[in-house]
Amino acid sequence: MSKWLDSALSYLEDRFKLSALVDFGRKKKVPQHQHSFWYYFGGLCLSLFIVQVLSGLLLLLYYVPSVDAAHESIGFIMGQVKFGWLIRSVHSWTANILIGAIFIHMFSTFFLKAYRPPRELTWVSGFFLLLVFLAFGFSGYLLPWNELSFFATRVGTDIAGTIPLIGQALKAFILGGPEVSGATLSRFFWLHVAVLPAAALTIISAHIFLVQTLGMSKPIGIGETEEISFYPHFVLKDAQVWLLVLAAIGILCVFFPWEIGEKADPFAPTPVGIKPEWYFTFMFTTLKLVPAHLFSVEGEVLAILVFIFGAFLWMLVPFLDRRTSREKKSPIFSVIGFLILAYIVVMTALTYVRIK
Amino acid sequence: MKMKMKKRLKSRLRASGESVVIRAGKRFPERTISGVFSVTMIFLFSPVLLPAQKNSCLECHLQLEEELGTPAEAFQGDIHRQFGLSCQDCHGGNPLGEDIELAKDKSFRGAPARAKIPEVCGSCHSDSAFMRRYNPNLRVDQLDLYWTSRHGQILKKGDDHAAVCTDCHGVHGIQTSNFPKSRTFAWNIPETCGRCHSDKDYMKVSSLPTNQVNEYRESVHAQALFEKKDLGAPVCNDCHGNHGAAPPEVTSVAYVCRQCHPSAGDLFSRSPHKTAYDGLEISECEACHGNHRIVRPSDEMLAGGNQDICSGCHDAGTTPYEAGLRMRKMLAAFVSAYEGAEALLASAETKGVEVSQAKFTLQEANTVLIQVRNLTHSLSPSEIEAQLGDGHKVLEEVKVRGQEAIEEAKFRRTGLIVATVFLFLLAAALYLKIRDLRQK
Repeated sequence: MSKWLDSALSYLEDRFKLSALVDFGRKKKVPQHQHSFWYYFGGLCLSLFIVQVLSGLLLLLYYVPSVDAAHESIGFIMGQVKFGWLIRSVHSWTANILIGAIFIHMFSTFFLKAYRPPRELTWVSGFFLLLVFLAFGFSGYLLPWNELSFFATRVGTDIAGTIPLIGQALKAFILGGPEVSGATLSRFFWLHVAVLPAAALTIISAHIFLVQTLGMSKPIGIGETEEISFYPHFVLKDAQVWLLVLAAIGILCVFFPWEIGEKADPFAPTPVGIKPEWYFTFMFTTLKLVPAHLFSVEGEVLAILVFIFGAFLWMLVPFLDRRTSREKKSPIFSVIGFLILAYIVVMTALTYVRIK
Repeated sequence: MKMKMKKRLKSRLRASGESVVIRAGKRFPERTISGVFSVTMIFLFSPVLLPAQKNSCLECHLQLEEELGTPAEAFQGDIHRQFGLSCQDCHGGNPLGEDIELAKDKSFRGAPARAKIPEVCGSCHSDSAFMRRYNPNLRVDQLDLYWTSRHGQILKKGDDHAAVCTDCHGVHGIQTSNFPKSRTFAWNIPETCGRCHSDKDYMKVSSLPTNQVNEYRESVHAQALFEKKDLGAPVCNDCHGNHGAAPPEVTSVAYVCRQCHPSAGDLFSRSPHKTAYDGLEISECEACHGNHRIVRPSDEMLAGGNQDICSGCHDAGTTPYEAGLRMRKMLAAFVSAYEGAEALLASAETKGVEVSQAKFTLQEANTVLIQVRNLTHSLSPSEIEAQLGDGHKVLEEVKVRGQEAIEEAKFRRTGLIVATVFLFLLAAALYLKIRDLRQK
């Protein structure tokens, strides 16, 4: 057996020079300190993305992206296809856990100031990955064509329509018409299985390339620390986390399989308490709470502009935070980060308290 | 100026012999303005735009209180006003008259006597040529029907206790029956009829009971109407008629019920009860279901049940009683099997297994149950048995699917345990490997 394995490895080695990769991994060091725990969220995001790709590919075998058949095909997957319930539940649960992991990864990077030079572009690419995965979530939510997703998409696209200047054009482009319809479902499907995966793969490649080239950032103020090799030490630890998260996803899928919901009826009135997926709720609740007019501008429009401008500034954080580029602590940015995090948490919580 | 106007109005009204209250000085101008404003607005936005005509009746009465002011206010929303009719069309007089004496000219008729109201209303509503101008769809036989009704017959005898048009439709705020606030809108009808029929003092002169509306409110029909907001649910006039209202005779009750329950009626007609009831002059449906307080039927109404009505006529041990008993037992067994299948699916669903297809199939069994319950009117246990047989086959299929779903849930949990243990073992192996590497 080992003879076969050795010859197989040798065959691969001759062609792919895997030893070079292994050597690179052995030489690459990962610092060990009190905040090392947060390093694992990057790898976790990658592993969850792989789970999404694999489960998504399997769902594509049975999913039909049309108004007449989308909901029925999900019902078929959940009820008739062998292990279909598992694949679909894994896909839906992992999507949510992945977004959560991305947020944790982003804020840990922010608070550890890992964005400081020379890792500015790693941060910027991570920011674009956040946008891509939010788009994944938004487009995927509609695909089962159920009541909640239908009306949440309607609400979401209505909000997009209020963006000054480009709002209406953007809304028409997203929807493929004036209303959420079969055209919207086709577009969201196209976005979800073609455009976004391509974008994600490209940006993830750039992101990983930057991480591997520049190595892990050590937080400011942490001097000489113990280091472990990226391969095999860090990779094995990473794999340990993946396995535990995979087990947690399995438990969630068995005890709380993702529901199918009622089929969307475009002529039905909007159900009470409609809300988007949890990761959009802080923006959604803000728009609900903002006064009708602020500084003689429509409140909702102003709030959207603030969010867009805020996101833009968030992307530029490495270039704005000059102190960290000089390896000095920047408490102002930490405070801003805490305030933003608190705002997101409070507004998200408020959504679920207000809507019963 | 204000005082002058108030005094002038008072003196005119006194001269006409009417006792009224003029509003207090401070409120008078406000009311005048709002009254004039509302009249103006109604004229401006009226669906049938009449040329802006002076209406001294409204001008004065809107400034008055109580019985002389209320009709004018109520008339603002009256359907007749929307069609351009006004005070003089019922009361006569000249609305262009500036002065009270001029307004109440020779043509002034005042409020029609109660006994004359059907004729007053009928003078327009029975005139097809006149009605065609306003609403060609409206029937014009209401007055004729009214004279055939119990109300009309009593009135004809000179007893003005009997309901006239205004008792049901209101006087100055009359609305069409499809307007939810109308007295004749479906869910207001029990209250409209009950205004007289539930009033013990008012109904003293009659031998009729006064508990019909209360009984109706406990019925399954009222439940459908008030709780489910089903406007198709029967109210008083659906069984008694409206303009020709009268209690249905023994022979006609069954046909009244058959309007909505034709299938039950047909089954009853071919049952042994039909001949027996006809012979004994027993009203068909009412004998078992009652009249106003028709509660939701239950399988327990069959022989031997908690609400056994068969025993009212049939002694235990007799063939008809035994047939009733058999029907009830068959139904009870089916319901029990149905509930078992339902519980099985609910349990599988709670365990996270998708059972919507099985639930859909279960609906077929529910359809069978509904059909069989209806079939009890045929009093044919053999037919019921045959139909329940089909239902049991469906339930068996659902049960099998439910058990499969439960098995699937068990399989998932076992699989989860195996997978989780495997993943944890793998994680533990990795931990040991990492420790080993660290020691090296």
